[in-house]
Amino acid sequence: MLLWFLANNRLFLEQRIKILSATHFITNTSSISNGFVHKDGKLLFDGDGSEGAAFLLSLYQHFGFNYPKFYKMDNLAKLGWLAAELLLTDDFKQAAYQAERVGLVLANKNSSLDDDIRYWQSVKEIASPSLFVYTLPNIVIGEICIRHGFKGEHTFYIQEKFDANFIVQQVNYLLDNDILDACICGWVDFMAGDFKAVLYLVEKRAEGLAFEFNTEKVASVFNVST
Amino acid sequence: MRNVYVIADNVFTPLGKTTAENFARLKQNSTALKEYHNKSGQYFAALFEPTEFLIGSSGYTKFEQLMIVSVKDALDRSGISCTDDNTVLIISSTKGNIGLLETEALSPALQERIGLSGSANLVAKHFGFRDQPIVVSNACVSGVVAVTTGMRLLRTGQYEHAVIVGADLISEFILSGFQTFQALSKQPCRPFDKNRDGLNLGEGAATIILSTDKKHEGNVRLLGAGISNDANHISGPSRTGQELANAIEVALKDANLSAGEIDFISAHGTATPYNDEMEANAIALAGLEIVPLNSLKGYYGHTLGAAGLIESVISIQSLKEGLFLATPGFEEIGVSRPVNVIAQQTQVRAKSLIKTASGFGGCNAAVVFGK
Repeated sequence: MLLWFLANNRLFLEQRIKILSATHFITNTSSISNGFVHKDGKLLFDGDGSEGAAFLLSLYQHFGFNYPKFYKMDNLAKLGWLAAELLLTDDFKQAAYQAERVGLVLANKNSSLDDDIRYWQSVKEIASPSLFVYTLPNIVIGEICIRHGFKGEHTFYIQEKFDANFIVQQVNYLLDNDILDACICGWVDFMAGDFKAVLYLVEKRAEGLAFEFNTEKVASVFNVST
Repeated sequence: MRNVYVIADNVFTPLGKTTAENFARLKQNSTALKEYHNKSGQYFAALFEPTEFLIGSSGYTKFEQLMIVSVKDALDRSGISCTDDNTVLIISSTKGNIGLLETEALSPALQERIGLSGSANLVAKHFGFRDQPIVVSNACVSGVVAVTTGMRLLRTGQYEHAVIVGADLISEFILSGFQTFQALSKQPCRPFDKNRDGLNLGEGAATIILSTDKKHEGNVRLLGAGISNDANHISGPSRTGQELANAIEVALKDANLSAGEIDFISAHGTATPYNDEMEANAIALAGLEIVPLNSLKGYYGHTLGAAGLIESVISIQSLKEGLFLATPGFEEIGVSRPVNVIAQQTQVRAKSLIKTASGFGGCNAAVVFGK
């Protein structure tokens, strides 16, 4: 009897959660880590032996991007910018959306520490305003917004490790409550040459990859992006 | 969706250790700003005395101790338990333990310590929070965004209570950065004034505890929130203010209020020429041009990741006491849209207020509180 109740109660809870959140879809993914670059799960670039910041530059050149501001960014912003470029180029139907209705939810472990250390070294000589401006993790979001003209809600969270469940909850809230129509979410972390970015484009229509946007799927895409 | 009540709070600044102490000092027009000097010159800031809030237990940095004293006072007043799984801890900070870079040799252990999640875990463990704490680090809108995150987790029923703390300390790291930006004023800051010429930095913490428990009906409620990005420049605000206006409009819609129902604005008002100009434009675009507004930066300086929380708590207190605080430093309007800056403390009957903030990375945020 108790087991029956628990089983049914669980079913009720699952249904309730489904009602609370409509289904949204991962339409594209991109990832950059350990010398490998993937788009929608397919390997696009497996490196040229360079590492860290040099690898990011080789990536920029390999894909023939042309965005002079790239060169002045810190490593975290470069990494996020490149991952967003790969995620959105060719596939994102931006014209279908108002600027105010596209947003970002990103997270990482090391905040802006890679640039913080560089800035603090510069203070010993002459403090560098161009390094100081990148001593905040959300500047990578600002760079992506400037590049693509996104003006919707955005937030940067710091997490010990990638919390797929939390990210899914946040993005679902934004899409369910009519705050955004499309959201880019994921992880962008760069610390002393060690880095990883995994981005997801989440939309209300089942296009592109058309993966159901849920914790399991988000976590599995993250985990294979090594 | 469930109603979200403000059930307890704390403000911990150089002016006082509780919300009541702080509000009493503000009513007397006391300011925490003082003159200091470093190798780059003279500046005004609102800083703690070196041992002002040390809690005497080893193992916590100043930043962590500051959060602990603020959370403890608010928790003691709230009547909630943080050791059940209905309560979440949310932390807001821009630079946390960054001051450690100045005094300690770089090591993997130090990196862990500067990473905000390390501090968040220590604070969570100190109080016995069950779930992983959430950390927001979104420049100067962090505090307002943390409150927004808490509101949503409660509205959707994921938690019943949210303990939201914001804190930042002013280290040489932060000071030198703002100095290289030439963003600091050499006098007490003058928000929205004709002669404003920059901001002052400040240290502090604040905590807000939110709850959906219906027994708190009648308390001030958190009614809505909006966040936006300028998509214009990483260190300068929007030219038009349209994006902050958008965040305000989203927050009003979320609160189910019209612009005409807002009784006062707690502005960001850093007193940099560009911020205040943009903010005045945004306030006018959002239809709030005649609504009384203040900036608390002349009392506390810019407390970065704590600012959204300190200014929200003080404004909630204003709502409760029916007393709008003055804008120290403001004399003559110096922005192109003639927004209604309050120069003198004013008694009013108010039902709802909006708190705005903007920051590096082009971020804007607004939250609405009401009775």
